Amino acid sequence: MTELAANDPLPKPKRDIAPVLLPVALALLVIPLIGSTSSWLTLTAASLAMGMMIFIMASGLTLVFGLMDVLNFGHGAFIAVGAYVATLVLAPFAASIQADSLWMNLAVLAPAALLSMAVSGALGLVVERVLILPVYGQHLKQILMTTGGLIVAEQTLYALWGPQIIPMPLPASLRGSFILGDVAIAKYRVLAMLIGLAIFIAIQLVLNRSKLGLLIRAGVENREMVEALGYRIRRLFLGVFMTGSALAGLGGVMWALYREQVHASMSDDLTVLIFIVVIIGGLGSIGGCFIGAILVAMVANYGGFLVPKLALVSNILLMVAILMWRPRGLYAVTSR
Amino acid sequence: MMILSGDPPRSRVLTLVLVVVILALAATPFLFPGAKALNVAAKICVFAALVASYDLLLGYTGSVSFAHTMFYGIGSYAIAIALYGMGPNWAAVATGIVVGLPLAALLALAIGLFSLRVAAIFFAMITLAVASAFQVLASQLSWLTGGEDGRSFQLPELLRPGTVLISKSLFGFEINGRILTFYLVFAVSALMILALLRVVNSPFGRVLQAIRENRFRAEALGFRTVFHLTYANCLAALVAAGAGILNALWLRYAGPDTSLSFSIMLDILLMVVIGGMGTIYGAIIGASIFILAQNYLQSLMGVASKAASEAGLPLLPGLLHPDRWLLWLGLLFIASVYFFPTGVVGRLRNPAGGKGAGSSH
Repeated sequence: MTELAANDPLPKPKRDIAPVLLPVALALLVIPLIGSTSSWLTLTAASLAMGMMIFIMASGLTLVFGLMDVLNFGHGAFIAVGAYVATLVLAPFAASIQADSLWMNLAVLAPAALLSMAVSGALGLVVERVLILPVYGQHLKQILMTTGGLIVAEQTLYALWGPQIIPMPLPASLRGSFILGDVAIAKYRVLAMLIGLAIFIAIQLVLNRSKLGLLIRAGVENREMVEALGYRIRRLFLGVFMTGSALAGLGGVMWALYREQVHASMSDDLTVLIFIVVIIGGLGSIGGCFIGAILVAMVANYGGFLVPKLALVSNILLMVAILMWRPRGLYAVTSR
Repeated sequence: MMILSGDPPRSRVLTLVLVVVILALAATPFLFPGAKALNVAAKICVFAALVASYDLLLGYTGSVSFAHTMFYGIGSYAIAIALYGMGPNWAAVATGIVVGLPLAALLALAIGLFSLRVAAIFFAMITLAVASAFQVLASQLSWLTGGEDGRSFQLPELLRPGTVLISKSLFGFEINGRILTFYLVFAVSALMILALLRVVNSPFGRVLQAIRENRFRAEALGFRTVFHLTYANCLAALVAAGAGILNALWLRYAGPDTSLSFSIMLDILLMVVIGGMGTIYGAIIGASIFILAQNYLQSLMGVASKAASEAGLPLLPGLLHPDRWLLWLGLLFIASVYFFPTGVVGRLRNPAGGKGAGSSH
C-alpha cells in the first residue's frame, strides 16, 4: 500500500480490458477461416444484432441477481409475454405494418413495444411481490417458485392465445438489406443494433453517472452496508426488477420480429441462452453481460457458418472455456 | 426395519397410504384389468424411482439440477438403440445396461466436477444448459437416435405380450409377457428406491444433509463437499438411467418426448415438491398423485371445459382445456412450495407444524 497525501487524487480503479478484447480477437481470428470479407462482414453484423437482442433480454436478469442474489428462472416468461402482447397491437394494424413507409411502420411498432414493456414491467411487479418476496434469501425456494411461475405463465399464454405459432411479419420498410458493395446487411439487424447499443449506453449512464446507479452498484457490492446507511434497498430492487422485466419484454418483441413468429416455447430456448450469457459475463455485471451476449452470438453465427454440426454445443464449449479462464465469469463483481 | 434402512414412514396415515399404494400397484394386473390401468401403474413405478433419485439431489443435498431427464434419457436411448440395432435378444438388453449406466455416471461426474467446483450457484444453470444441448444433440443425430421419431423396438421373446406363461384356465388370469414386464419394472423400481433409502440413511447421507444445511460448516468439519456432492450426483444419475431403462422396456420405445423433454423435468420437480423433499417416501406419493392426476384429471377437465363452453362462459373453456392441466398443477406447485414446503409426507409426519417445520432450507 502506498501512502496517499490528503490532496492526491484517488487512485484510478484498475481497468480490466482483456474481456473487451475477446470478441474483437475472435472476430479477427475467424477472418482467414471464413475467407471472403463480405460474408465475414455479414456474419459479424448478424452476430452484433443477435448479441444486442440477447443483451437486452439478459441485462435485467444479471442485475437482479447481482443486486439481490435472486435467481429468477422465470425470466423467460417476460420475454414470451412481451412478444404476445405486441401481437395485440400489431395484428389489428397489419395494414399499416405492410405499408411501405418507415414512419407508418414505426407509428405502430413503437406503441407495440412500449405496451409490451409496460405489461412485462407490471407483471414483474406482481412476480416480485407474489413469488419472490415470500422466499427472499432462500435460493432453493426461489428457483422452485420462479420455475412454477414460468410454467403458469407459459400455460396461461397457451390458454389465452392457443397453442399455435403466431406469425409476426416484419414491417415492409424494415425488410431487405442495405447493400454496400458486395456486403448485404439486413435493415432490421441495423435497427436491432442501434436499439441495443442505445439501451447499453443508457444503462451504463444510469449506473455510472446517477445517484440511483451509485446506489445500485453499491448494493451489488455490499447490500447490508447500503441498507445500514438508511436506503430502502427493497424498493430499489423492485425498481430494478421491473426495469429488467420490461427490458425482457422489449427483447421478446425484437426477437419475435427477428424470427417473424411468436410462440410460448420461445422462452425455453432463450432462457438457456440468457443463462449462458449471464454466467459468462459474471453474475451481476452489465459490461460482462454485454460482452457475453456478443460472444455467444458470434460463436453461434461463425460456428454455424464454419462447422454447422458444432453449432449445437458451441455455447456450452464457450462457457466451459470462459469458466476455465475465469471461474466466476468475465467480470466478477459480486463477492458471492 | 432392516429393509427400510431404519427410516420408517414415521406416521400412521403415511404408512397406511404407502401400503395401499404399493399393494394397489402390485395387484394392478388382477384388480384393474385393461391396458390403461397397467400403463398408469408402470409409469408410477418408473417415476417413483426417478423422482426418488432426484430427491437425493434436491432434498438431501439441496442442489437443483435440470439435467436429470438427460440421465433418464441416456438410459432409455441406450436400451432402445441396443435392442434396435442388435435385435430382440438378452445380449442387447445387457449391452444397453452396460453402456447406458456407466455413460450416465461418467457424464454426471464430468458435470459435477466442473460445476459443483466452480460455484454451487452455477449448478442449476449449467445443468440446464447441458441438458438442452443434449436434447438438441439427440434429435439431430437421427442416424443413431431416430431423431424426433425416436426408436421403436421389439422386446426379447419372454417379455412380449404374446408369450403366455400361465394360461387363463389355471387361475382365471392369464399371465403373459406383458405382466412379467410389469413385475420386472415394479421389482427393479422398488429395489432402486430401497437402495436410495439405504444411501440417505448411511453416514454418507448424513454428510449430504449436513452440506444442505450448511456447506461451509460441513467443509469446516473436514468433509470434502465437492467429493460428496459429485458422488451423490453420480448415484442419482445411475438410478435415473436405471429408471430410463425400465421406461424404455415398458414402452418398447425411446424418443425425445417420452424421455428427454424439458416438460418431464418439470414433472419431476412437481412430483418431488408435492410429495415432500428430503424424504424418499415423498417420491412414491408425489409420483402417484401426479400421474393419476395426469391420466384421470385431464378427462375430468375436458368435461368441465365442455360444460363451460356450452354455458357460454368466456375464458374458462380455454383455462379448463385438458391440455392446460399443467397450469393448475403449476399453481398447486407454487402454493405447495409456499404453504407446504415439506410436501405431503412432511405434512403427514408433522400435521401441527406448518411453515418452518421439518427440513428448512
